[in-house]
Amino acid sequence: MPVRFVKGNEAILQGAILAGCRAFYGYPITPSSEIAESAARLMPAIGGVFLQSESEIGAIQMVYGASGAGLRVLTASSSPGISLKLEGISYLVGSRIPAVIVNIMRGGPGLGNIAPAQGDYFQMVKGGGHGDYRLIALAPNSPQEMCDLTMLAFDLADKYMNPAAIMADGFTGQMMEAVEFPDPVTDLPNKPWSVQGNAETAGNLINSIYLDPEELEDRVRKLFEVYAVIEKEEVRSEEFYTDDAELITVGYGIVSRLLLSAVEIARADGLKVGLIRPITLWPFPSVRLGELARGTKKFLVSEMSTGQMVEDVRLAVNGRVPVDFYGRWGGVVPSVEELRKAIYEAYPEGETS
Amino acid sequence: MNTVNEQVVLKWPESLYSEFERKPGEEKRATHYCPGCSHGVIHKLIAEAMDDFGIRDRTIFVSPVGCSVFGYYYFDCGNFQAAHGRAPAVATGAKRSRPDSIVISYQGDGDLAAIGTNNILHAANRGENITVFFVNNAIYGMTGGQMAPTTLEGQKTSTSPTGRDTSLTGKPLHMSELLATLDAPVYIERVAITDAKHILAARKAVRKALQTQIDRKGFTFVEILSTCPVGWKMDPQEAKGWLEENMMKVFPLGVFKDQVKETEPLPVPVTPIPAEEVPEILFKGMSAFERTGEPDWGDVPERYREPKIKVAGFGGQGILFLGALLSNVALRKNFHVTWLPAYGPESRGGTANCNVVISTRPVAAPLITEPEVVMAFNGPSMDRFEPLVEPGGVLMYNSSLVSQEPVRDDIENVAVPATGLAVELGDGKVANLIMLGAYLSHTGMFTEEDVNEALNAVIKYKEMLELDRKAVARGFQYIRESQ
Repeated sequence: MPVRFVKGNEAILQGAILAGCRAFYGYPITPSSEIAESAARLMPAIGGVFLQSESEIGAIQMVYGASGAGLRVLTASSSPGISLKLEGISYLVGSRIPAVIVNIMRGGPGLGNIAPAQGDYFQMVKGGGHGDYRLIALAPNSPQEMCDLTMLAFDLADKYMNPAAIMADGFTGQMMEAVEFPDPVTDLPNKPWSVQGNAETAGNLINSIYLDPEELEDRVRKLFEVYAVIEKEEVRSEEFYTDDAELITVGYGIVSRLLLSAVEIARADGLKVGLIRPITLWPFPSVRLGELARGTKKFLVSEMSTGQMVEDVRLAVNGRVPVDFYGRWGGVVPSVEELRKAIYEAYPEGETS
Repeated sequence: MNTVNEQVVLKWPESLYSEFERKPGEEKRATHYCPGCSHGVIHKLIAEAMDDFGIRDRTIFVSPVGCSVFGYYYFDCGNFQAAHGRAPAVATGAKRSRPDSIVISYQGDGDLAAIGTNNILHAANRGENITVFFVNNAIYGMTGGQMAPTTLEGQKTSTSPTGRDTSLTGKPLHMSELLATLDAPVYIERVAITDAKHILAARKAVRKALQTQIDRKGFTFVEILSTCPVGWKMDPQEAKGWLEENMMKVFPLGVFKDQVKETEPLPVPVTPIPAEEVPEILFKGMSAFERTGEPDWGDVPERYREPKIKVAGFGGQGILFLGALLSNVALRKNFHVTWLPAYGPESRGGTANCNVVISTRPVAAPLITEPEVVMAFNGPSMDRFEPLVEPGGVLMYNSSLVSQEPVRDDIENVAVPATGLAVELGDGKVANLIMLGAYLSHTGMFTEEDVNEALNAVIKYKEMLELDRKAVARGFQYIRESQ
């Protein structure tokens, strides 16, 4: 397979197009604008749609219209922009419309800054918008995965008729690495539920209103039956050195790579340290974490936030062993050296360098 | 004549469901609208036009939040329900996906003129080939009679209980007039649902708007002054009188824009190219290479292997390109490489830096805080990064621009007058390539040929190639001669 040296943000759009996405609606915001810029260049060239919308709110509603009309559609933004999209995301879920939403997360709250951060975990993974719902949330940590997980996101969104999100950060977006691009998807799923403006779909309705509470309760129950399947079938994570680990570190996205470097330094010093990296943040690898909790002495979670995913780790571990946390936030990225120190401090026998 | 008219008026349009099955309750032939409300009449006018133009199957009807949120109870076509105010954005997405469809955005005054102003304004300004029916009844009907942006001065509503005070809440918003100031819309008219004469005029406007969309001529907008007897706390007859006497004065009827005749149809949209042909376009101009084996440092001294490199200087010195080119050289020798730029304000304040990690194993951390190699192109970069170099590491600095001497004695300091040498070659901009050549020559990591191969693959402007190669060669030569 030929490899190409590309930026993470570009790999997202290339993956989307290979997955059959033929429409992009978005609004410029740093550090995600390169995705829109790539779309502006490439979508027209392949006969697809690129439209810079009037607002983030407009963009997600265009996604609703375009995906409801049966297309694979992408939008991308960054934290404050995602806040604005939440209304539309709730409607997408309520109407059971697939879509792929990219969040290149930046420092917050408020306008914050444009540096890499992971403070949107609650927003993306726990809902964020109104009502009972979940977003399928994928956390790539390399340009290769920016491509691969974007393609996967389209498949999962269509399969389960629920929006899927890519949760990355400015580093993974700006970073260049070698990427092997898969072949384009040629057999896109049929969407008999969509409203395409033709005789076959003329009776269809895209809708999220259920005025009768029992009807809505039933609708949401069905949605959560689908979620139960997703939680069973679609959990993905990656592990390093967990077999004999006395301390297992947990981190997603760029943090997982920084942790891996720190773990390898600690291993070279003879510390039995491992790493589990959730690739799907929802569904969360709770079962696997629970299993690991039986064989290790402690967990150390690191995030570029004040500690959000750590709550899910604690739920999964369920008090079996202690769960420590080391975080940096506001756009500060932890160095490998400080993560190494955090590992040494957390190490169960209290060994430090 | 009477007979013909009666037939037209009394026929149940096929574009409306024959029974409103989606509507809850027993009565499936009557609408859910209040007595004297204009929505039913407007629905019928639209449905008749859909029948007559034969567009029912092609029609995508977008219902907003408001009393007409249940438009899908009635229209026998493809239906979307949309979030409050967002129907024009939803319509945009649907229409651009399905250019052959006929897309109707049917919106009330709170929806269109308050919460959705941004969306309607931009859909109109883009000239989306959709039709918007704007039902203006000067009040929020569905939520129980609150003040709308179109509520008249002095009009009592539940949120303007003593009458709308325009000094506090602004004057009624004239959407037709506002949108008519834009270039893109081709047809904008305001009509009213009161007596037969006005209903006929409304019918004509509805048909003209839809026909214009069918003809692919662009954005059409029909504002329909409507009665809301329940919201206005009047009986239906009174309400009609109030509309004619009060609303029509503030919202005069008429055509605000009509460029239908002179407008050429929009170009037929391009159909997407087959998936198999996508990669060629997607990767056009992007160099690709095959991994040919395992990476091997060969004779490179231990201390120069697996480098973590920081390149830093002014914006415009080709700092990021140097890093990317070095990455490409290493990738073509089968190494694992990450390239990470400092981005955002850091890159806009006139400084630029990037991190390059080259390894025989997949790279974990792409961010370098303690570099083993620093290439500093100016004084500020030297100040910032010299102290961070790992003991035993390499500091390459552009001695043409860096006036200070290095202070560290636990690292290798290599002065390269890169800018001066570049100027001698005819262009100070190739100082970056001279530095790259010097670094590779100093460490023995890769050869001049390796760089030239990568240059061939990544340089888009072939006229630059010769100078670039010379610069790389000059860097190699400089180190050979100075060591």
